[in-house]
Amino acid sequence: MRPLQLIPAGIAIPFTGKRKLFFVFSCFLILASLALFAVRGLNYGIDFKGGILIEVKTAEQADIGAMRSTLSDLGVGEVGLQEFGAPDEILIRVQRQEGGEGAQQVAVEKLKAALGSGVEYRRTEFVGPKVSDELFWDGVYAVAAAIVAILMYIWFRFEWQFGVCAIIALVHDVFSTIGIFALLGMEFNLSTVAAILTIAGYSINDTVVVFDRVRENLRKYKTMPLGELFDLSINQTLSRTVMTSVTTLLALLALYFLGGEVIRGFSFAMIWGVVIGTYSSICLAVPLLLYLDLHRRGAGGAGAVAEETP
Amino acid sequence: MINFAKWKVVLVLALCGFAVFFSLPNLMTQKDAALLPTWLPHKQVSLGLDLQGGSHLLMEVDVEAVVTERLESLVDSARVVLRGARIRYTGLGVQGHSIGVFIKDPARTEEARVSLRDLDSDTVAEVGEGGRITLTLTEKAIRDRRISAVEQSIEIVRRRIDETGVREPTIQRQGEDRILVQLPGIDDPERVKRLLGKTAKMTFHLVDLRTPISEALAGRVPPGSRLLPHASDIGPDGGPRMVLIRKKVSVPGDTLIDAQPTIDQRSGQPVVSFRFNPVGAKKFGDVTKKNVKKPFAIVLDGMIVSDPVIQEPILGGSGQISGRFSTREVQDLALLLRAGALPAPLTILEERSVGPGLGADSVAAGKVASVVGLVAVVVFMVVTYGLFGLMANVALLLNIVFIMAALSVLQATLTLPGIAGVVLTIGMAVDANVLVFERIREEVRIGRSPFSAIDAGYSRAMTTIIDANVTTLIAAVLLYTFGSGPVRGFAVTLSIGIATSMFTAIMVTRLMVVTWLRRRNPQVLPI
Repeated sequence: MRPLQLIPAGIAIPFTGKRKLFFVFSCFLILASLALFAVRGLNYGIDFKGGILIEVKTAEQADIGAMRSTLSDLGVGEVGLQEFGAPDEILIRVQRQEGGEGAQQVAVEKLKAALGSGVEYRRTEFVGPKVSDELFWDGVYAVAAAIVAILMYIWFRFEWQFGVCAIIALVHDVFSTIGIFALLGMEFNLSTVAAILTIAGYSINDTVVVFDRVRENLRKYKTMPLGELFDLSINQTLSRTVMTSVTTLLALLALYFLGGEVIRGFSFAMIWGVVIGTYSSICLAVPLLLYLDLHRRGAGGAGAVAEETP
Repeated sequence: MINFAKWKVVLVLALCGFAVFFSLPNLMTQKDAALLPTWLPHKQVSLGLDLQGGSHLLMEVDVEAVVTERLESLVDSARVVLRGARIRYTGLGVQGHSIGVFIKDPARTEEARVSLRDLDSDTVAEVGEGGRITLTLTEKAIRDRRISAVEQSIEIVRRRIDETGVREPTIQRQGEDRILVQLPGIDDPERVKRLLGKTAKMTFHLVDLRTPISEALAGRVPPGSRLLPHASDIGPDGGPRMVLIRKKVSVPGDTLIDAQPTIDQRSGQPVVSFRFNPVGAKKFGDVTKKNVKKPFAIVLDGMIVSDPVIQEPILGGSGQISGRFSTREVQDLALLLRAGALPAPLTILEERSVGPGLGADSVAAGKVASVVGLVAVVVFMVVTYGLFGLMANVALLLNIVFIMAALSVLQATLTLPGIAGVVLTIGMAVDANVLVFERIREEVRIGRSPFSAIDAGYSRAMTTIIDANVTTLIAAVLLYTFGSGPVRGFAVTLSIGIATSMFTAIMVTRLMVVTWLRRRNPQVLPI
């Protein structure tokens, strides 16, 4: 059997030539994400907002309307009900209770008393104001620390120009993931932050592979114009980039469709991240290098591109 | 890159053997694995609470309450001392971490200071303007109090949970004043929460009969007494019936040594019968002897549980508490009394409970997703790289074996996000091989011989593989540092997966490729 080649050998797509188009698209993506974040905001889950989440399985198809009116009369504030994966599984969300930490527990007891013992409690979670605050800031620190740590690593392994471009691409991925969550109103919780961090790792992974080839080609073709050299590097690694994205997406799609309702938000964020991360590595990170005064060894530059032993 | 030293071959094979060996117990049921002889690996992957069902409770000890309580009792002692010495004072009360009092007669300020200072060796007594004496708890005393309150609370929580019969609970201190409780497989988290939410401080008091209850209700409560609500009786105003008791504790609750739920012979009502230790029995005997035909109050967490009239002296050191209890309440109360009182109230800050049904569903869904993801990637690799893809797939399967072995040996917890980490690793693990294979294709295209193409493919792809994986590892480590609970489980499987995938891709696949190359000596690479 002749092995399949997703990307034909000798392909030459002029990525850097089309860079203006990509930049416009990405700027739009980032601005739209920021606007959505500012205007619509994120649909924070109880991890970050505090509140109560109860998942119940009823004996037969649940009567959401009746349940809603029962629970709304309890005086625990707004109660959100949603079918969760199956008609007999209901997810109940209740906002954070006023009156400090102990109030959450009181409200949970009230809700459970009203729901009775005829339902199966599949999940009961509540997060008080203190913990939700801490989790929120932990999440912010984690994402910030990841970006800084990755920047340091790239800086250490390459030149600063590479680091800057990699981080721009990374921030682009993070922002647009937040944007898509704001746009779709999907729940933003701890596992979303986990997904964002993984996206950061994955996106940088892709970027590094292309950068590595750029560095190698800079040493090999000392007189080739940079734009041409970047295109060559991207096209040479394109086959691998697409291959890895496809295998990762295959695994993630399995997770999204078969991994159960609880993990679906996470899988969605990851799928989006893999797609956007692959795009940003190829179409942003590398073309951006053109603008950062990358000096090349032996081509008349005073500065030096890092000389690394392969 | 195409030369393997003998010892390296042995090492790679040995490591693979170990991985298979240590992952084997996971194929058995838990029971069978426990029966394995000790020299065989018998550790299985432990499932997180989100997969096996159970409750995660994060609680906070109200340590400030302990300090306040200490200060309030200091105020009571100060009152007794000053009155005893006939020193006139005003404005005695708690202020921050100290108590303050104005001494009316300046001549006796020093005398008052000395006697107040002697009340408690952990305090510093200072005289301020206008004859004001402040008695401040030292920082060290406050810190010690807090630490011991948290430690004691952990002990009591452990006893209460043990009494409920939960298997293998985890009870840990977290940070300064928090307790993390993890209860695998419990079916009624509400009961446990109810039990943990009660301080269960029980004391026995005499009822204050010198002041009419109407006086007290009108706001004139004598200094040595306290007005408390009854837990179940309703008063004339529709609220709980109020009882005026003496503040002085006649018999402390910590002298109880046993409490059991029973049924009262006469009334047929559920009651709690209890027994005192010798000290408590003596005190109880003395009090009941001196106060026959007078009411006596049993106070639990600031509520009157019962205030019966003492019919006769109780000298045997045992008694019973009757109230309007249900059978369930009597069981819980007996349990709480046996386990002892918490030194300070506990507040639950966070709860995450998963029922066994959802846990089992998640495990099943995780398995299906992993298998489907794996099959898809395996097929795709063979279609793309042929024989080389097959070799990469062997490494991929071994990678999963390595992850299982590492999780079992390290006793890391597998959570639902952890399963997602494994599935993600399946997708990403082939990356190292993809990098190498693509490189080999390129080298073949520029006309290298099979040997030299493979050699160049591996050596050129190596830096890229390392750079690419280190960046992902950075993200995973940060995720572990900042994450909590299930998310940590994801960071663990992702990190392990990255490390093992580098090993299997670089070492195992390469060994297979090189061995094949030497045996067949092909003229054209099927890639």
